[in-house]
Amino acid sequence: MADVYINSNFVGTVEDITHFVDNVKDMRRKGSLPEETNIYYDEKANEVKIMCDEGRARRPLIIVKEGRSLLTEKHLKQLEDGEITWADLIRQGVVEYLDAAEEENALVAYIEDELTPEHTHLEITPGSISGIATALVPFGNFNQSSRLIIGSKNQKQALGFYAANYHIRMDMDANILHYSQFPIVKTKLHDVTNYNEHPSGQNMIVAIMCYDGYNMEDGVILNKGSVDRGLARSTYFRPVKAEELRYSGGLVDEVSIPDKDVKGYRSEQDYRFLEGDGIIYPEAKVAEGDVVIGRTSPPRFLSSLDEYNLSAAIRRESSVSLKHGERGVADFVFITENEEGNRLVQVRLREERIPEIGDKFTSRHGQKGVTGILVKSADIPFSSSGIVPDLIFTPHGISSRMTISHLLELVGGKVGALAGRLVDGTLFDAESEENIRSELLDLGFRSDGTEVFYDGRTGKQMLAKIYVGNMYYLRLRHLVANKMQSRARGPIQLLTRQPTEGKAKEGGLRLGEMEKDVFIAHGASLLLKERFDSDKINLPVCEKCGLVAVEDQYKNRKYCLMCGEDIEINYVEMSYAFKLLLDEIRSLCIYPKINLKNKY
Amino acid sequence: MKADQEKLLNSYADRLPLSVLDEVRENVPATINKEKLQGVLDKCLIAYNNAKVHPGECVGLVAAESIGEPGTQMTLNTFHLAGVAEVQVTTGLPRIIEVFDARKAIKTPMMEIYLNKPYSTDVEKLRKFAATIKETKFEEFVSEYNLNIFEQTLTIKLNDELLKDNDLDIKDIHKIIKPKVKAFTIAIKDELIVFGLKGKQDEIKDLYTLKEKIKDVKIKGIKGLVQVLPVKRGEEYVVLTAGSNLKDVLALSEVDSTRTISNDIHEIYKVLGIEAARQGIIDEVYKVVESQGLNVNIRHVMLVADLMVANGTVKGVTRYGVVSEKASVLARASFETPLKHLFNAALEGEVDNLTSVVENVMINQPVPIGTGLPGLITKMK
Repeated sequence: MADVYINSNFVGTVEDITHFVDNVKDMRRKGSLPEETNIYYDEKANEVKIMCDEGRARRPLIIVKEGRSLLTEKHLKQLEDGEITWADLIRQGVVEYLDAAEEENALVAYIEDELTPEHTHLEITPGSISGIATALVPFGNFNQSSRLIIGSKNQKQALGFYAANYHIRMDMDANILHYSQFPIVKTKLHDVTNYNEHPSGQNMIVAIMCYDGYNMEDGVILNKGSVDRGLARSTYFRPVKAEELRYSGGLVDEVSIPDKDVKGYRSEQDYRFLEGDGIIYPEAKVAEGDVVIGRTSPPRFLSSLDEYNLSAAIRRESSVSLKHGERGVADFVFITENEEGNRLVQVRLREERIPEIGDKFTSRHGQKGVTGILVKSADIPFSSSGIVPDLIFTPHGISSRMTISHLLELVGGKVGALAGRLVDGTLFDAESEENIRSELLDLGFRSDGTEVFYDGRTGKQMLAKIYVGNMYYLRLRHLVANKMQSRARGPIQLLTRQPTEGKAKEGGLRLGEMEKDVFIAHGASLLLKERFDSDKINLPVCEKCGLVAVEDQYKNRKYCLMCGEDIEINYVEMSYAFKLLLDEIRSLCIYPKINLKNKY
Repeated sequence: MKADQEKLLNSYADRLPLSVLDEVRENVPATINKEKLQGVLDKCLIAYNNAKVHPGECVGLVAAESIGEPGTQMTLNTFHLAGVAEVQVTTGLPRIIEVFDARKAIKTPMMEIYLNKPYSTDVEKLRKFAATIKETKFEEFVSEYNLNIFEQTLTIKLNDELLKDNDLDIKDIHKIIKPKVKAFTIAIKDELIVFGLKGKQDEIKDLYTLKEKIKDVKIKGIKGLVQVLPVKRGEEYVVLTAGSNLKDVLALSEVDSTRTISNDIHEIYKVLGIEAARQGIIDEVYKVVESQGLNVNIRHVMLVADLMVANGTVKGVTRYGVVSEKASVLARASFETPLKHLFNAALEGEVDNLTSVVENVMINQPVPIGTGLPGLITKMK
């Protein structure tokens, strides 16, 4: 006898538990109970739990009776012909959804051959242990699981053809790969997810070899000729926004070319791209400092009534211009209203991104790498059959990571490219390696995928045969052009007078705590001082009280706030941050006296 | 070796350390002539001087980085072998932190007890010895407590088998317990120990507290040694213990007191003195470093150990220990609890002479290390 609960509410007890549970399941399969009902017998607690509420993760499985799958050849034929659909299979009781609890009572076989009379269900495909992104990795079952995870994560960062209406969209930070392709080595998930409508990579000829040291430590080498022909080329889109804000007193921002006597007027040169409405004209090439949207704002503080006459002279300039290091082409202008009803002007900037040193590429197997060099097509190695690689990958990346799928895709892609067909690499359900290799042999190539190679620079034959083939490579969104930054002089923070941080603020690279230790350990004492000189200051210090004195250059006099004018004042070099510390210590009511002593 | 040569050798005593001289003495042939010995010693002197740390070398920071960097690679988890008799030990980074912090109560105090001749080889004697030093509490012999509210008695039944294993009987237990429970009557009745109240009535609570109290009474063994484990070390047997009581163990005649050691630095300091504590710190840290397969020069560890014991007591590398002895206010304030240090410095009117590294980095002056150390003096004509 067991207690029965429906949606966690006690409803009664049953005597014959198995009979009851089977009955409920049968009724569900026949359709007399809702399809989303699940029933579960908890042996330990001796409770039967029936669940039909929302919020349970459920998954479909094929029902097995007496060791035989209910899904027959006939069903498959009908599905193929379009006579029945998925919903019909559920209605016929061939497929059912189990929730996490009912799965505890089920014995699920991975493949049909495994079925025994004890089995209750059969997986639709053994590949269903993975999610969609992971199932997009071809030959995934040949890999270490961690590489599979990295591989599926990398795919999410790939540039591609993300939406067909990209040219009328205002996406933040959008990239379009110019010649995106469907992968030659695909999985069934590529078909299911309509991958050919939004592909995100290109099929490249990949050779696994070294070329001087340019692909060591996860580098990749690109063929300059291929890049010039458009390999992995992409365009980067970024919107620039300007809103006409409303202020109190009926004052409002105005998008227009600022008047010459506006406060903070730049130079005419900076406004040269603006049309009469104050917005840049499409296809204008803009660079750092150029105004994209001209705008003026009302003054910040209105002190007296006479300022209500609102002549242009008291308006502020608040145009949107390109920041340090930015450039592009005005691609698309878009004028609309935002949620508050303010006029909103958006200009989309476009910039072509040709692959360069430092751009990131990856295959679908967690084998990412950064471009180390672009080799002239004359210097690139070539095979005896005339094949020239687009990309050269390092052999040292394989041994420790054990990504066998990477190697399999390479031969698979080679066969697919030569035979003019797509190769299936679905998880647990891929074309067998032997078949691929024998087909490669039939196509007139060595079955191990290697070829005799020649050095492009010397023309000499290489000692080893090179493993070469076709792979689907992805260009990842981490492009150097977006990240590159340098600084010699630049903005400083108001409080500490130290350089700002971060690319957006044209900041410096911090010489941190541990870097400081390096200088000390080397005994490079004076070099360390020089490195930390960014906030150096010469402060007048009163000899008597040891506090910072005042130097009034305007009146040409020096005095101490404590001891007055008639006092000896000396200049001491220190960091501004230390002066700040002294000030803060004083704010704690502690008197930090500087005792001056002659250095020599 | 002839007297001449010996004289020559000794003339280097002020320039070469004794250990080097001894090594030379042992390794040169006895027939060596004076000129050749002179040559050997000069070479030694050059090598020795080259090996010295240069003035201005930043040894402390290099030691800190040399220990700290491999520390980041240490695995935090320890490995356990299922089914093997072993004593649970703290290792890895937690242990290193424990030693350098000079914690008073360490997580797993341990001893390695080396034994004198018959005991170190005879397994039977060894086992007996191990059993005698293990701390056994009254609680372990009890099989049943019975608190009788009506008769106001506490009757305790003992586990006979365990008693026999430990060469004890109920009378021995009675003898040990009696002096500890003076406020109660105690008697043996039908192989049971019976406690009763002395005169007072309605104080059943006292009997209950008594029960809790006598659980902890030590019946035999050495206090603190909760677990003993004889292990074979090369030719002989040693006893590993969980729990540590160096003082009492060293007093035993079976124990080889020259080699027996605890891993509790403070206990070593108390029993064996500060030099032993220094060696203890070095050994304990280096043991961890080696067990992790890392390569840290022992001199770095020695430097830290020296710093910790420099003033005759063991001080941890914490804001209460070594750091609190830094001369500079600014250096102390930049480590931990800056406000506390600033306020105390203000109260005492402390003067910071800016003689060390951190404070000079703060005010952006050359640090007195390496090239910043020497000063130049011009001779005026």
